[in-house]
Amino acid sequence: MNELLRRILFLPPQASTVAAEIDGLHYFVIIVTMLGAVAVTLVGGYFLIRYRRRFGRIVGTHRKPPSPIPFWTEVMVVVGLFGIFITWWVIGFRQYMRLRVAPEGALEIYVTGKQWMWKFAYPEGANSISTLYVPAGRPVKLILASRDVIHSFFVPDFRVKQDAVPGRLTTMWFEAKEPGRHDIYCTEYCGVSHSTMRGEVVVLSPADYERWLRGAAPEQQLAGQVAERPAIVGRYSPAEPISMVRQGEIAASQLGCLRCHSLDGSQHLGPTWAGMYGSTVPLAQGGTVFVDEAYITESIMDPMAKLHAGFQPIMPSYFGSMRPAESAAIVELIKSLRDVRPPPGGGLPGGIVITPNGTIEQVPEVKP
Amino acid sequence: MDPRGVGATHPDYMRAESGVRSWLLTKDHKRIALMFYGAVITFLMLGGIFALILRTELLTPETTIIDPMTYNQMFTLHGVTMVWLFLIPSIPAVFGNFVLPLMLGAKDLAFPRINLASFYVYVASAIIILTAMVLGGADTGWTFYVPYSSTSPTAVTWMGIGIFVNGVSSIMTALNFVVTTHTLRAQGLRWHRLPLFVWAIYGTSIIILFATPVLGLSLLLVAADHGLGLGIFDPRYGGDPVLFQHLFWFYSHPAVYIMILPSFAVISEVVCTFSQRPPASYRAIAYSSLGIAFIGFFTWGHHMFVAGMSEWDAGVFGGLSMFVAIFSAIKVFTWVATLRGGSIAFSTPMLYFLWFLFLFVFGGMTGVAVATQSLDVHWHDGYFVVAHFHFIMVGGALTAFLAAAHYWFPKMFGKLYDERVGLLTSVAVFIGFVFTFLPQFLLGNAGMPRRYYSYPPHFQWLNVLSTGGAWLLGAGLILALINLVVALKWGRRAGPNPWGSRSFEWITSSPPSKHNFDVTPIIERTPYDYHLSEEDARARSRAS
Amino acid sequence: MPVRAVELAEQFETIEKQEHAARLAMWVFLGSETLLFAGLFALYAAYRVMYPADFHQALAHNDTVLGTVNTVVLITSSFTVALAVHYVREDKSRLAALLLGLSVAFGMTFLVVKFVEYADHIHHHALPAGMYTMANAPPAGAVMGQTLYWFMTALHGLHVVAGMIMLGVAAIGCARRRYGRHRFIIVENSGLYWHLVDIVWIFLWPLFYLVK
Repeated sequence: MNELLRRILFLPPQASTVAAEIDGLHYFVIIVTMLGAVAVTLVGGYFLIRYRRRFGRIVGTHRKPPSPIPFWTEVMVVVGLFGIFITWWVIGFRQYMRLRVAPEGALEIYVTGKQWMWKFAYPEGANSISTLYVPAGRPVKLILASRDVIHSFFVPDFRVKQDAVPGRLTTMWFEAKEPGRHDIYCTEYCGVSHSTMRGEVVVLSPADYERWLRGAAPEQQLAGQVAERPAIVGRYSPAEPISMVRQGEIAASQLGCLRCHSLDGSQHLGPTWAGMYGSTVPLAQGGTVFVDEAYITESIMDPMAKLHAGFQPIMPSYFGSMRPAESAAIVELIKSLRDVRPPPGGGLPGGIVITPNGTIEQVPEVKP
Repeated sequence: MDPRGVGATHPDYMRAESGVRSWLLTKDHKRIALMFYGAVITFLMLGGIFALILRTELLTPETTIIDPMTYNQMFTLHGVTMVWLFLIPSIPAVFGNFVLPLMLGAKDLAFPRINLASFYVYVASAIIILTAMVLGGADTGWTFYVPYSSTSPTAVTWMGIGIFVNGVSSIMTALNFVVTTHTLRAQGLRWHRLPLFVWAIYGTSIIILFATPVLGLSLLLVAADHGLGLGIFDPRYGGDPVLFQHLFWFYSHPAVYIMILPSFAVISEVVCTFSQRPPASYRAIAYSSLGIAFIGFFTWGHHMFVAGMSEWDAGVFGGLSMFVAIFSAIKVFTWVATLRGGSIAFSTPMLYFLWFLFLFVFGGMTGVAVATQSLDVHWHDGYFVVAHFHFIMVGGALTAFLAAAHYWFPKMFGKLYDERVGLLTSVAVFIGFVFTFLPQFLLGNAGMPRRYYSYPPHFQWLNVLSTGGAWLLGAGLILALINLVVALKWGRRAGPNPWGSRSFEWITSSPPSKHNFDVTPIIERTPYDYHLSEEDARARSRAS
Repeated sequence: MPVRAVELAEQFETIEKQEHAARLAMWVFLGSETLLFAGLFALYAAYRVMYPADFHQALAHNDTVLGTVNTVVLITSSFTVALAVHYVREDKSRLAALLLGLSVAFGMTFLVVKFVEYADHIHHHALPAGMYTMANAPPAGAVMGQTLYWFMTALHGLHVVAGMIMLGVAAIGCARRRYGRHRFIIVENSGLYWHLVDIVWIFLWPLFYLVK
């Protein structure tokens, strides 16, 4: 029944602990509203036909004025309506209180809205942009602030929403039921790109969340478009266990590696990681090198030591700015790509690319 | 007495004088009403064009015809034009202006010069608003929320000033109506003999008088903020943007009643006339208008449930909002009860009444729904609210405006429109309306926020449905307009009282002479005495 | 002295009804005007509750003596206006014209004193919020106090000017004996408006000068 009504009314999935309960009131209110409107219209339409004027003859006139509506009928109508509305109000207000008051011991995450993105700061120093990571089955309290104008943080699947008002801190909370992904919208008009100020809540199992928190580096200033939407991270499916490879993807995306290195064999500023591990590559300074863990790690920390022939010397050193767990994860990622071959006929459009160290490079178009 | 109606021996008000000057400088409330009529229809069409551009843009999830900045300016202009240049003046300044003095048996409003000035102030405000549009538009939405509106790169200052000037015009008209109702009632026309139209217009005027200054003030503050950098709501200086919302909604929630009460006024008259019945309960309809006018001032907070207001405030505002719905419900039941046992002419205004019943009841009940706090959290600032608002404002106010345009057409122009075409266009308008706005309720449920230029693809097909409906609605409105314009030229002549109404505006000839009545009438009956024959009724409202 | 006949507009049956309408209109309009200021008083209350301490700093700029002088000036002008209404009813139109002229002069005095104050504020950089440069900005709440002070007194000042115009028109009419016992509604209405202007100041005075 719940599922049927939810689909008829186009309501999104009930992904938070309060959603089903709020939808219950929703059904009650909307069904009464629809029945009320239809009933009134049908009665009105029936009267319109039943008492229609026949042959242009006015039959209602020259008669006694109609007897007024009995007083008790009026009272009953008012009391009945009042009863319905008060019921809605009592249920709605109780639910509202529940929505507004976060349970004790909720996980606190700071949310900052700015034109036109959401930033999230987690306890223990982790950060993310546009994608909010939360554990399933645990209340999460968001503390919202705005850097410029009013924004509003809305997750339809959770049935929660709260304005982020500059000069104030507001709070909201929710508890996601199980791992999954849910859209975030900004619902307070905030300027020209209001409708692109979207994001995603990624609900992880508590264990995955802990692992993610440990793996997440403090936010880097990412170049180019990655800052707006960490595409790879967002598409990561949390239902799978968070393997080293996955952590490598996250790290590679957050540290900007993927600005220059591709994972699918397509050409870019830097050599593709697909099929790289275990191959022998030519060096710019002459000679060749066998790509193994040692060479990859060395290239991350000191890229110019053994430069791959045919590529510009533009990669910055990550020495000191990458945690050992991250470089290990990236090595694992590259190892996992050893059998990936470039797709047949794969090409890339040329264009301007901003490298991690801020320089601008022209990438030639790659014809298949 | 002349069977053609009182005063039919004089030329009617349109022929009494000729020349452009006699129109532009007229003090005759009927001519001023016609000038307002022309203006509001123009702005209805303009606002409608904006709406169609918006809907067309929303056909596809990404860019369809315009860029995001144009889109944002377009919805702001759509809102500003429709709210301040069409909806607020529509029924009061056109039909109120024309009919109210006639209903009171008066020769004019109390202050004809203020009435004319009100029209020109309105025109000035429209010019300022349109100039602002040329000077770079405004992209804040019609709600002008700070701090976005104080930092927006567009011509917000001019827009604010334009709406302030518009408020002056509304206040002038409202002042005129209140004083006229108090002082210019015909002899014997006690308060409880006033047509219900007068009660509702009186209630509307009270709201305009006491809510508009607050809006004027808050928009002046926004204009000063944007233009001079006053910074009264600027968080950088310790200002609180939420205070602006309080001030804005203190006006703008009552403003919803400014827009809907006049449609109650029209509907009450239409129902009684076409069913040849007195209202089932006169006092219920009359006093509920005042009840709405009063309680309407204490519900503004329900616009701010997610803005960070205290939970208890939210509780009080939510409860009070439901009170207002009870007053509206009383009206609806009374109208339906009035039909029972009547002798109902199935005419265009009556068909609009039937649509009004469904649209207003559904729109109104969803209003109670959005005043339910926990549900509002999900719906707030989404398409559900857009749909609810348009159900009331288009389904309620515009439908009633169309009913009035048909109902008083013979009174204003002395001609009859084509009834069959009228009924057909009415059906087209209704179907177009339902297709436009019903999908928007579902979009709101699904979580689509309002004022979105681009949207995720899974919202698309409901948007396509809505856009198709909007085009049908636009076509229906154009056809209705053409039908009336055609009738203006080729319509059959109407008698003084083609609908057999007992209301007082039909005592005089149609169209009325310049001074409405030769002598102020003496009224010895109510406007709904359908148990009297037409001759008896006329005898009891002597005007000569 | 020729006494002009009272013009009765065609929509009114009697002169009493016409005057009743004019008086009612003025009262309703004053109610509307009150709401204009009510919004600002509400803002004042809200910010004062938010920043009680900072408001003291903001209002420290204001000179209690000048504010009080202005209050006395306005109250006196209200008194002369009331007298003018009294005399015009007794058909002493010349005297009424003189008293109204005096009231306009009091209004002018009020404005001059206000401008002296404004000049002083500008000199001390006590300006509305957005007009500060960040370097010399006092704490947030204090700026809000200044902003409200400027906006509310300036809006009141505009009303003073409007009231002076109304009184001026009434004074000229009295001097020409257009208004007298037979017709004093315009004098009365201008007087009513002036009292509103006065009453608003009676509220502004403690809020900006006394409760520092």
